[in-house]
Amino acid sequence: MAATNDPATAMERSVPGTGERERHTIVAIVYDRPGVLNRVASLTRARNFNIESLTVGQTERSGISRMTITLNGDAFAVEQMTRQLQRLVDVVTVVSLPREGTIRHELVLIKVSAPAAHRAEVLKAAELYKAALVDLGDDTVVVEYAGTQQDVDSLIGILAGFGIREMVRTGAVAMSRGSAIVEIDDILRSGIVPAVPPSA
Amino acid sequence: MTIEKSPETRPEAAADRAGIGRHVPNSGSAAAAEIERARSAMLDDSRPRSRARIGADALCDALVAQGVDTIFGYPGGVILPLYDIWEAHPDLRHVLVRHEQGAAHAADGYARASGKVGVCLGTSGPGATNLVTGIATAQLDSIPMVAITGNVPGALIGKDAFQEIDITGITLPMTKHNFLVRNADDIPRVIAEAFHIARTGRPGPVHVDITKDALTSETEAVSPATIDLPGFGKEVRVDAAALIEAADAIEHAQRPVILAGHGILLGDAVDELMAFAEKTRIPIAWTLLGIGAVDERHPLAYGYMGMHGWKHVNRAIQSADLLIALGMRFDDRVTGKVSTYAPNARIIHVDIDPSEIGKNVAVEVGIVGDVKWVIPALTTAARRRTDEERAGYFAELAEMRAASETVSWHGSGAWKDGLLSADYVITRLGELTGHEASYVADVGQHQMWLARYGGFRRPNSHLSSGGLGTMGYSLPAAMGAALGNPEVETWAVCGDGGLQMVTQELMTVVADRIPVKIALLDNKKLGMIRQWQEIIYSGNYHSSTLPGPDWAKLCEAYGVPCFRARTPDEVDPAIRAAQAVDGPAMVWFETAETQNVFPMMPAGKGLSDLIETWGEGAEER
Ligand SMILES: Cc1ncc(C[n+]2csc(CCOP(=O)(O)OP(=O)(O)O)c2C)c(N)n1
Repeated sequence: MAATNDPATAMERSVPGTGERERHTIVAIVYDRPGVLNRVASLTRARNFNIESLTVGQTERSGISRMTITLNGDAFAVEQMTRQLQRLVDVVTVVSLPREGTIRHELVLIKVSAPAAHRAEVLKAAELYKAALVDLGDDTVVVEYAGTQQDVDSLIGILAGFGIREMVRTGAVAMSRGSAIVEIDDILRSGIVPAVPPSA
Repeated sequence: MTIEKSPETRPEAAADRAGIGRHVPNSGSAAAAEIERARSAMLDDSRPRSRARIGADALCDALVAQGVDTIFGYPGGVILPLYDIWEAHPDLRHVLVRHEQGAAHAADGYARASGKVGVCLGTSGPGATNLVTGIATAQLDSIPMVAITGNVPGALIGKDAFQEIDITGITLPMTKHNFLVRNADDIPRVIAEAFHIARTGRPGPVHVDITKDALTSETEAVSPATIDLPGFGKEVRVDAAALIEAADAIEHAQRPVILAGHGILLGDAVDELMAFAEKTRIPIAWTLLGIGAVDERHPLAYGYMGMHGWKHVNRAIQSADLLIALGMRFDDRVTGKVSTYAPNARIIHVDIDPSEIGKNVAVEVGIVGDVKWVIPALTTAARRRTDEERAGYFAELAEMRAASETVSWHGSGAWKDGLLSADYVITRLGELTGHEASYVADVGQHQMWLARYGGFRRPNSHLSSGGLGTMGYSLPAAMGAALGNPEVETWAVCGDGGLQMVTQELMTVVADRIPVKIALLDNKKLGMIRQWQEIIYSGNYHSSTLPGPDWAKLCEAYGVPCFRARTPDEVDPAIRAAQAVDGPAMVWFETAETQNVFPMMPAGKGLSDLIETWGEGAEER
């Protein structure tokens, strides 16, 4: 029989991943228990995932929190991160939200330099973006804005011209458009097992 | 400071009056009072002899409910309340180790040899950190283990109390899960959950840290009948399309090889694997931790793969057109450089852990599921084959095997320096013990020789720290294995480096009459390090010569009979003499000092780049 280990016909085995980085949104539904944020953060570091932001907050159910993770990586990295997160006992479920049909918003607070001389221009720029003015100081104003990352970026770009004294962005939270939801009822119902296996 | 005027009988008030309370932060508040109570409880261990049921009792009851009979442990301040009530729980045997790392390895060895969950125990702070290496060893090899530690009273957590360390912070990334229990009532539930998590799906270690006040508080809590962990360990439904694709690939393969991993043993799928191989007539190669998944005498058993695996096995993998990977994870010691790994093969990868599919190697067909039922599904889907159909392939495999199955001792058993050839020692050990013992490797050259020349026949008869490669594993893990499977002899196979890391456990096997036999392959070197220095670091031997004790005298001091073998004709009598001892015994083999394990895949190279000889030629390896 013909040996097939001829180097001429041999393919190069691919190492997983394409290396094409893109921004992905992963939602993890987790138990609101001490240390859960630590577990997710630790996993992210230990498994070498490159995350842009991680937000965590309450959901419609008590005891259940929702994390939104923005990951920079290829599709393989997203799949690995999803699967690794799913291994955590405190994680109920993990989904990766598609680029289309997903609302991704973040909040930003920007303290802009606004001395009397050009305060009016600052206010006008904020108004253009429908950003809220939440504080008027002697020579600064604080602008609050929520929107897509691109909109936040472009508002920052404009205000940077006046001088940004301090800024904080929350990182994105995300949700599907329409009636699609991250379904967890079945999972929450499915966890009950005997405490001791029959063989013990 | 202000001194309270009103007449008060509270002791705190009296202390305040005397000016003592001024050092208590936030003095007078309820929180401060609780911290003070906890602080005195740290020092006061007295209790009335007739007593209520406390958290420590709940812990023992919960362990017994899980079928635990043996715990490897070491006492200390905050865990003393447990030792104080131990006499009330005679069903739990406590093995007092000499170092907590030994307790963790022993629990690991117990688990591997018995298939049950192993349990180890340590106090807070240094007791807990000493367990860490053993827990990490279990994590990397997916061993079901529950490690229990005491911690300081809850109110003192975060205050850098005596022997306080954030141990759950330390074990978080190296356990399957961990718990901090601050309330006695939670103990039975947490223990039940910990055992469930440790043994379910892909097994792994779970750490339970319990505060001293949780151990001492009164509680009526008993083990729950059920536990509720939504989202954990869901059965994954096998992807039918993937099964069909796999069956199709198997049907068309001309040069298929099965790669059997630890999952076959952990998933209790030894028979399922054999049924699949026999029906499809596909040869089986195995990983380090897959040793024992198949009886090496079986005609379809092809051999041990990887960095120090058999050349014929690695050649078969490199020339395969289909790899069927069952419960293994394509570790770098198995694949070498991935881009040159099995270049002509499609890969079917079956694993219970979804994150393993495609983690290290891109595969054509990934099947997430328990080997226990995925393999039978594959067997059903596959067509029955005959050896005649595979005649050409089998002839080639047989030829490759004949060309690679060599040994180095040339009949005499001595290596070229006149000292014992290590592969000869291992071969005789396997033969004289009928290949039926539990063999527990340490880490280094001897570990590889054991894997190559042990000749394994029985599932779970080979224990080795594969993932973490922990020196010092062998002796304590063998203690656990001997208690976990007392039906067979247990042999710790170690190097002089590894044994010097855990010598103190010789006292444990004597004191607890644990009948471990120790095969010490003493080459007076950190052999594997010396080998790398010779081959990869241009012979720059730094810190790899390791003076050791006079082992006979050391054994005598501990009360362990020691039999020495320096020449081939002393090997068999020494092994037999150790076997004849009723209890622990050591055989001190003085092995060649500069013998190398070949073949060897150098780091950064691929499976086709095996180094087979070095220096003065093939004849003298
Ligand atoms: C705890 C630990 N430290 C260091 C190493 C690195 N290491 C791997 S093999 C080895 C030498 C082992 O020497 P020995 O126990 O004498 O066994 P031999 O290789 O000679 O058979 C060392 C130091 C390790 N694996 N584990």
